[in-house]
This record gives sequence, structure tokens and C-alpha cells, in this order.
Amino acid sequence: MIAFFIKRLAQAVLVMFVISLISFSIQDNLGDPLREMVGQSVSEAERQALRDELGLNDPFLVQYGRFVKNALQGDLGTSYFFKEPALDVILGKLPATLELVFGASLIIIGLSVPLGVYSAINPQSLFSKAVMGISIVGISVPVFLTAIGLIYFFSIELGLMPSYGRGDTVEILGLETSLLTADGWSHLVLPAVSLASIMLPLFIRLIRAEMMEVLQSEYVKFAWAKGLMTRRIYFLHALKNTMLPVITVGGVQIGTMVAYTILTETVFQWPGMGFLFLEAVNRVDTPLIVAYLIVVGAIFVITNTIVDLIYGLVNPTVKLAGKK
Amino acid sequence: MTTQNTTSDLPEKAPSAWQRFKDTHVWHSFVKDRVAQLSFTIFMGYVLMALFAPAIAPFDPYDPTQIDIMNSELPPSWNEEEGDPQFWLGTDAQGRDLWSTILHGTRISLTIGICAVLLQATIGIIIGLIAGYRGGRVDSILMRFADVQLSFSTMMVAIVVLAVFQASFGTELYQELAMLMLVLVIGIAEWPQYARTIRASVLAEKKKEYVDAARVMGLGQMRIMFRHILPNTLSPILVISTVQVANAIISEASLSFLGLGMPVSQPSLGSLISSGFEYIFSGAWWITVIPGVVLVVLVLVMNLLGDWLRDVLNPKLYKG
Repeated sequence: MIAFFIKRLAQAVLVMFVISLISFSIQDNLGDPLREMVGQSVSEAERQALRDELGLNDPFLVQYGRFVKNALQGDLGTSYFFKEPALDVILGKLPATLELVFGASLIIIGLSVPLGVYSAINPQSLFSKAVMGISIVGISVPVFLTAIGLIYFFSIELGLMPSYGRGDTVEILGLETSLLTADGWSHLVLPAVSLASIMLPLFIRLIRAEMMEVLQSEYVKFAWAKGLMTRRIYFLHALKNTMLPVITVGGVQIGTMVAYTILTETVFQWPGMGFLFLEAVNRVDTPLIVAYLIVVGAIFVITNTIVDLIYGLVNPTVKLAGKK
Repeated sequence: MTTQNTTSDLPEKAPSAWQRFKDTHVWHSFVKDRVAQLSFTIFMGYVLMALFAPAIAPFDPYDPTQIDIMNSELPPSWNEEEGDPQFWLGTDAQGRDLWSTILHGTRISLTIGICAVLLQATIGIIIGLIAGYRGGRVDSILMRFADVQLSFSTMMVAIVVLAVFQASFGTELYQELAMLMLVLVIGIAEWPQYARTIRASVLAEKKKEYVDAARVMGLGQMRIMFRHILPNTLSPILVISTVQVANAIISEASLSFLGLGMPVSQPSLGSLISSGFEYIFSGAWWITVIPGVVLVVLVLVMNLLGDWLRDVLNPKLYKG
């Protein structure tokens, strides 16, 4: 187990190293920090002197070493636009994005498990067929179209829901959250539903397929032969083993969800990290772009590592040497 | 079909490829499956629309002399009084005929989708074949690489790469290269899907006797991999390709929606929807809704075809 743990940790560190290298070369090549600092009137000789002073003429490795050292101390540069440390700007927007992901996850978990299990147990029923039919339509609708559709019906036509922004927030333990106000919830519903709409069909289909396979397995047949209660077989014996592959896929999908928050946040003008990132790209705000890459990269690596470790813990058949 | 069967009864004549195809499981289930037939017909309709877009379209959306800003935001001609019979689906915010623009947009979306998947398939098949056939250290390194690449979602990678390119090239130059960049990014980001599937089927095929026979005959590794094993892994390739083209089209549309894809002057379906979104609040729903429906139907029929193919061919697909 420890060998598996160390191997996964080593891989995580390696991936973070590659991400930092990529981020650094972006910072190195994108835009000129001097242009942000000095005006037109500064002469070429003075610029060169400033370059030397800032260490911009140092060899690549020296500059990279400095970048990593600063990054490890939480210093990823100052945003050109906000004139504040880039990491602070990003982390300030993180709660809004996490709220969105949290809301979408609630919808996905709450709906996909019962729907998937039901359609696996009764594959021929009309309801299951309807669920499968709707889910393939759901896969085919891009997330931004779902979002636009929801805005059009619920905000413009019916006027029931706000179409943009985050609503009232309250501060708790130094963090702003909109999860505790009614206005915040009403703002959260549409973005969360559109973010969930892309993942929900995938999970329903996955749970259904896995569950159907498990129901065919020997040990479930044996459980039937033993005369166990129907509910016990379905939910204790079958569902437990269905959830194993779902955990792995779920871990990968958390990353995908962060990517789709960029789309959802753009449509709803949700003040989260994704929206901020696109704005930073349009303004060529390099430190902010780099900070976003590092933060999101870290989220990806951490979730993937945790999911793998959990999988190793709950699934005793996983080869602990770490090789699949 | 029965008439075809009687002609192939003649023993001395070898059945043609078409006749052999008619005896396959694929054809029989296609004849029975209404949904598959409908999806296939619609898909072929799209392909024809895309191929002959310049001939069908009444206007050329890329020709500025044919665009009159006075015609902008005209509603579709069928029900509204302000509609102009010249533009049966209305016009967009720049006064372009929406029908012509959608035809050209479909052409661009399909082209990007298919080219990106061809690139994915080429990279993925080569890596998958090598990993599966060679095994050992090569295999574990390549697959670890695929794991890492897959753990970052395609959308994330594509958004970041395109955003950085746009920021460093400047918008002007970027827009000229947009199509190539989209194909490259979507193509490269998704290769592990193919590589893993191919590897799984190569591992199964490798143990079979025909591979042993080929090896005993002294054929080279490359020849065994590409001429002997590859043709036997075609059914999983076919199944994932349909779904992958659908996914690539969605990715392209999403990227264009974010302003990282095709420019408004040469719109794909995604950038058309994006340009319409600014006008949806002022009541000009058709600029968004009509290309949106076109896009969803295209992706939907491809997904339905992919589902049907998977049920029929039933290959061993890699499970995540």
C-alpha cells in the first residue's frame, strides 16, 4: 500500500513539475514585463539596465529556479490589471467556482444514482427507455446551449430566475458565500443545472451499464439463490460494486467540470475563476493566466491523486504495485 | 434484396463487395432499425449540405459586397411581418443571410470535426498498436502518458492552449490560423481515447494463432502490426470514431463560443451561436436558436449512429 501511495505521489509531483515548466515558458514568452512597467520615453540603455536588474537576461534555468522558489512561497507575480498579487485574485474567485461545482455535483449525484439504478433493474420499462432517450439528447447539447436555453425560458420568457451574476453573499469565516441567502440560491440554480446537464447523462449511462453487468455476475446470482431480500441484493451487493468504476470516472470528470465552469461562467457572467481567466486572456494579463494554470493544474492533480488513493483503498483487487 | 440474393446464387460468380455487405449482420440490423435509418439519412443530408454549401447557398457570406447592413437582424420570413422572403431563415446581426451562413458554418464544423478525428485516430492508432504489440516498458510508459493526458480534460487543455496562442499571436493573426489550430488542438488532446481502445484490442488479438503464424513466417513487426492486427481492430475504431466526431464538433463549437475558435467573419456553427447570444435579449432569437438546433441535431444523429454501431458490432471498448 505504501509503495502504491509513494508511486502516485511521485507521479503527482512530476505532473506538477511539467505544469510549472509550461506555465513558466508561457510567462517567459508572453508579453514583455518591461512594457508594463516603463513608458515610451525610457531609452534602450536604461531598458537594458532594468532588464539586468530584474534578471530577465539570466539563463533559462536560473530564471525558472527563481520562478519555482517564488511559486512555492505563494508568489506568482502581480496581476497587470488588478495591481494585486495574482494568486490572491484567483483564490478570491475560487469560492464562487466551487459553489457552482458543488451545486452541479449535488444535482448529478442526487439524480444519476437513482435513475441509473432504476433503468438497470428495469431495462424494458417505458420510464427507463425515456431516461435513456433523454440522456442521449442531453449528451448532444453543448453546455453553453443548455445555458442559453435556460436563460431564454426562465429569465426572459418567464422572468422567474435572474439571468446573470451571483446574488447576495454573506461572509462566513472570511469566505464569501451565496449558499446561505435565498437570493444566492436563486442565482445558483440555472448555472448549476446547466453545468450538471453535461455530466448527468454520462453518469446515468455509466451507472446503468455497470449495474447491468454486475447484476449478471455470479455472486449476485448466488445472492438470489440464497433467497436474500430484493432490496438487499440491489442496494447492498450490486450497488456497492457498481460504484467502484464510477468513482474513477467521477474523479476524472471533476477536472472536466472545472473546464466547463469556464463556459457556464461566461454565459451567466458568474464571477468565478473561469470568467476571470477569459478576461485575463483578453487583457494579456500574463501573471493571472499563469496563476490560473497553476491553481487549476493543482486542483486536477490533487483530485486525481486522491481518487486513485481512495480507489486503492476501497478496491482490494487493485494491484498495490501501482501497475494496472 | 430478395432479387439480389437470387443473382448471387450462381455458384461460379464470386459475390461483389456490395452483395457480401448485404449479408452481414450490420446490414440486417440496419434494415430493422428505424432510428438508425433516420439518423443515417439526416447525417447524409448534413454531409451533402456541407459538400455543396457554395452551390446551395443563395448568398456568399464571405463576400462583403453581398452583405448589406440594412438587412441586419431580419426575422425568418415565414411568420413575422418584417421578414424578407429573400432570407427565409432571416439574417444575422451583420446582415448576412442566415441560411447561407448556416450552410457554410456546417461545412466548417464538419471539416474541423472530421480532420481533428483523423489526426486523433492516426496518433492514437500508432501509439496503441506499438504499446499493445510491444508491451513491457514501452507499453507502461506510453499508457502512463495517456493516463496523465486524459486526466486533464480536453476542454481544459484546448482552452488553455488556444488562449495562450491567441494572447501571444494577437487576434488578427490568430483568426487566420484558427481552423488549423482547432484541428491540431482537438486532434492532439484526444489521442488517448484511441490509443487505449486499440491497445486493449491488440492485446486480445496478439494471442491469436494468425499472429503466431505470421511471426513464424518471418514477417516484420511493422507488417504484422499494420497489415494483420490493425484490420481486426477496425470495429472499435469505427465505433469510437462516430462518437469522437460528435465530441470534436461540440468542442469546436464550445471553443468558438468562448471566442477562441472560428472568427465571426468566417463563422462555424459555434461562433454563429456566440454572435447571436448578444442579441437574444433584444428578441432576435433566431440567430442563436436556428444554428443551435442545426448543431444539436447533427451531434445527436452522430451519437445515435455511434450507439447503434456499438450495439451491432459490440466491440470490447476500453472502460475508464
